[in-house]
Amino acid sequence: MARATTPRRKSINTALAWAVGLLIFFPILWTILTSFKIEAQAINDPPLFLFFDWTLENYAVVQERSDYMRYLWNSIIIAGGSTLLGLIVAVPAAWSMAFVPSKRTKDILMWMLSTKMLPAVGVLYPIYLLFIKLGLLDSRIGLVIVLMLINLPIIVWMLYTYFREIPGEILEAARMDGATLKEEILYVLTPMAVPGIASTVLLNIILAWNEAFWTLNLTAAKAAPLTAFIASYSSPEGLFYAKLSAASTMAIAPILILGWFSQKQLVRGLTFGAVK
Amino acid sequence: MTMTIRALMGACAFGAFAAVAGAETITVATVNNGDMIRMQGMMDAFNAKYPDIQVEWVTLEENVLRQRVTTDISTKGGAFDVMTIGMYETPIWGANGWLVPLNDLSADYDAGDILPAMAGGLSHDGTLYAAPFYGESSMIMYRTDLMEKAGLEMPEAPTWTFIREAAAAMTDRANDINGICLRGKAGWGEGGAFITAMSNSFGARWFDMDWNAQFDTQPWKDTLEFFVGMMSESGPAGYATNGFNENLSLFQQGKCGMWIDATVAASFVTNPNDSTVADKVGFALAPDNGLGKRSNWLWAWALAIPAGTQKEAAAKTFIEWATSKEYIELVAEKEGWANVPPGARTSLYENPNYMEVPFAKMTLDSILSADPNNSTVEPSPYVGVQFAAIPEFAGIASEVSQEFSAVYAGQQTVDEALAKAQAITNDAMEAAGYR
Amino acid sequence: MATQQSRSAARLMMAPAVILLLGWMLVPLIMTLYFSFKKYLPLRGGDLGWVGFDNYVSFVTSSSFWPSIQTTLIIVGGVLVITLVLGVLLAILLDQPMWGQGIVRILVIAPFFVMPTVSALVWKNMFMDPINGILAHLWRFFGAQPVEWLSQASMPSLIIIISWQWLPFATLILLTAIQSLDSEQLEAAEMDGAPVLKRFWFITLPHLSRAITIVILIQTIFLLGIFAEIFVTTGGAFGTRTLSYLIFQRVLESQNIGLGSAGGVYAIILANIVAIFLMRIVGKNLDA
Repeated sequence: MARATTPRRKSINTALAWAVGLLIFFPILWTILTSFKIEAQAINDPPLFLFFDWTLENYAVVQERSDYMRYLWNSIIIAGGSTLLGLIVAVPAAWSMAFVPSKRTKDILMWMLSTKMLPAVGVLYPIYLLFIKLGLLDSRIGLVIVLMLINLPIIVWMLYTYFREIPGEILEAARMDGATLKEEILYVLTPMAVPGIASTVLLNIILAWNEAFWTLNLTAAKAAPLTAFIASYSSPEGLFYAKLSAASTMAIAPILILGWFSQKQLVRGLTFGAVK
Repeated sequence: MTMTIRALMGACAFGAFAAVAGAETITVATVNNGDMIRMQGMMDAFNAKYPDIQVEWVTLEENVLRQRVTTDISTKGGAFDVMTIGMYETPIWGANGWLVPLNDLSADYDAGDILPAMAGGLSHDGTLYAAPFYGESSMIMYRTDLMEKAGLEMPEAPTWTFIREAAAAMTDRANDINGICLRGKAGWGEGGAFITAMSNSFGARWFDMDWNAQFDTQPWKDTLEFFVGMMSESGPAGYATNGFNENLSLFQQGKCGMWIDATVAASFVTNPNDSTVADKVGFALAPDNGLGKRSNWLWAWALAIPAGTQKEAAAKTFIEWATSKEYIELVAEKEGWANVPPGARTSLYENPNYMEVPFAKMTLDSILSADPNNSTVEPSPYVGVQFAAIPEFAGIASEVSQEFSAVYAGQQTVDEALAKAQAITNDAMEAAGYR
Repeated sequence: MATQQSRSAARLMMAPAVILLLGWMLVPLIMTLYFSFKKYLPLRGGDLGWVGFDNYVSFVTSSSFWPSIQTTLIIVGGVLVITLVLGVLLAILLDQPMWGQGIVRILVIAPFFVMPTVSALVWKNMFMDPINGILAHLWRFFGAQPVEWLSQASMPSLIIIISWQWLPFATLILLTAIQSLDSEQLEAAEMDGAPVLKRFWFITLPHLSRAITIVILIQTIFLLGIFAEIFVTTGGAFGTRTLSYLIFQRVLESQNIGLGSAGGVYAIILANIVAIFLMRIVGKNLDA
């Protein structure tokens, strides 16, 4: 990097970026802080930032009212399962699109994306009837399938852009050396594709985790994930800011932590190959 | 053929076996109100008595719950064995044959003890389709200290004129005190319910006897103008988005002089754990305008069994327990009489222990003064106080109440909103084949 | 280079994805089309027979149809503009050398992990509430009358909430694109005395065009179906009823499946019009 940076300029950048970053993060920070307050202090005027009576009471109340672990477990299975299933279907498709492209490849990709435009509310009734017929109502497997289908276009597209970055010559070289298709995929392609697949997985877990229409409408007691957990807190009675905050924090914490730890992969994952 | 029969018999035998030996699990969909949450904490008592029946709860916020149970029952989805529904849904669903009739409840249960107003609203053609868990009307809750400070005295049965004057006198913007807090939030069960109940006392009605919308009549204009006028004088900022919960929160924080809302709120505002004004709350009947109708509504959250469930017997056992006298006593013992589910049973209001609770009498009087079959000054073709028990009402009233909320937010005039409401309602009624 | 054999292998590998998505598209679509020509009222006995195009006509002639299209487009457009403009600025800022870059980046992307329902609840109750919200406190602190966000400024409020959720996405994509910008080119321009704005306009922005295209494409797909945010905050009141919310009201509140399905078909048509429009404008940047 040849560009000279004066310490002054770096300080200004730092101050500005931190200010903006904190501003954007503030709603989340405020929710987390509020979850440790007692209800009366949650609405204190002026608002209390750090100097209040820290308490875990809200978490205890929320846990007592609803079995958090069960919702969490369902969320993990549904988000993880749909992503895994999506990968199994999407990897071959993306592979063939990237390495054996045809005139129609781009059209197929666009068509896949366009299936995401079906308005969920409009098809609730048909899908609900279908789920009853297939006995999938309130089952994790049903949700895994639906979320897989919803996110499949994104998975295919992302994988496709990664695979395209892999130089074709390497594959040809491997083929010349007599590698079979299986070996080609296993020993040459996979190692190179791992970072791309990792970021695809991450993005899809996030999208599946946050999906709140189907997960709410197709479940009852058994398969309900964290989105349903939140729906029972969205307007409780009386003073509720602190309890709402605690429930919200519990719902977003796992995915927030996962996201933070994998920030680097995610940054890559979200590019859709836009960089090159 | 024989194969099928044998398989069926096998299945039956297996089913019977399961009912005897294994615990049966029923799924109960319910609303996230305080009384329902409390019941979930009482399940040990239920399980001690009925170890064979496991209860799984699906607790949802009111709007989401309605969306879920309506979808499920209209598609015969069978996701729930017990549904918590209201006085609006019960007669309509009952008429459609979607609910299991509850006319064979045990003698111990004493179905005759259910308050007649509640039983009437939860029946179709004389058959009970849902058992009331708690019932409510609406009444005035007011701050005795602020009333005194304003030099006024609340009559037992005030008029709207008095309420408006008192609200203005109690308002103290500098100290963040609003004379009156009322629902303005869009939604037929929120602001829509309040304004409809209020309009009854102004002589308004939704439909005339030929199902023509009546929003072009003077009583509706009077109702809305009075409401908007009073709220701009003495209401809280942003009341157009306030529903039951928002107002409860404001009242508990001591920011309202008066609040006219569900009678069940009385136990929340007098509970010192949650309310900063617990010892300064008085109660009065909802106001009237001298036309012979008060502005209080009638509602019950009730438990019903969707037709077609495999677990009808277990579901019935649960409903009998949850809405029994025994359950009321259980709550009284554990949490005190003020916290028992109110408004469902006559015997509760004959219990001297309960009548010591400050809001007990006013709740009963309010419930008794609401008549779903005769709710309007001029005759109307529909049943229901704050709603009309026809399938189309929820959709129409949601849109109409959105127009009203836009008035409360200052986005359109009363006349514009009423004109739109008239058009929306007549269009929908025409499409449904009433006119 | 591909042989006939690898072609057919490729087709075979693509088949599961294509067949699944085709099914996922066609089955609901056909059922929706079927219902849309029926008078289907579950509360009045279910299927009441064929009615031709009646549902389509009454959906479009309802007074709430055109406003709902307008609302949908304003929300999509508003959020796109805000997230793109702020996203570019943020990406440029985050690309500068600074202390704690990693942490700042985490702070900026965090909203993307929050469920739409949760973020709507938090914004509605803890920020935009005219009495207890943080913003009301802030306004009062400066001696101003608190804004009644969700009723009096309903559309701006919704756009703020949704933009907050999508800004991280836009920023991330744009940031990665900016990082690949050749800094020597910028420096050369700087030495030639090109002013900041000119450098941005002629070098940075063209470089970002592909990333911008992707942001527009992906966000539009998600934004057209926005539902939870409206359900939680305004319930469709105060002029915030989008097309998908209108369909929700027809299907679930009015329990008119036929009418709602006709609305669903319109929504698909609208989505496709937007898609074609997008493809025309930005598609050439996507040399996929």
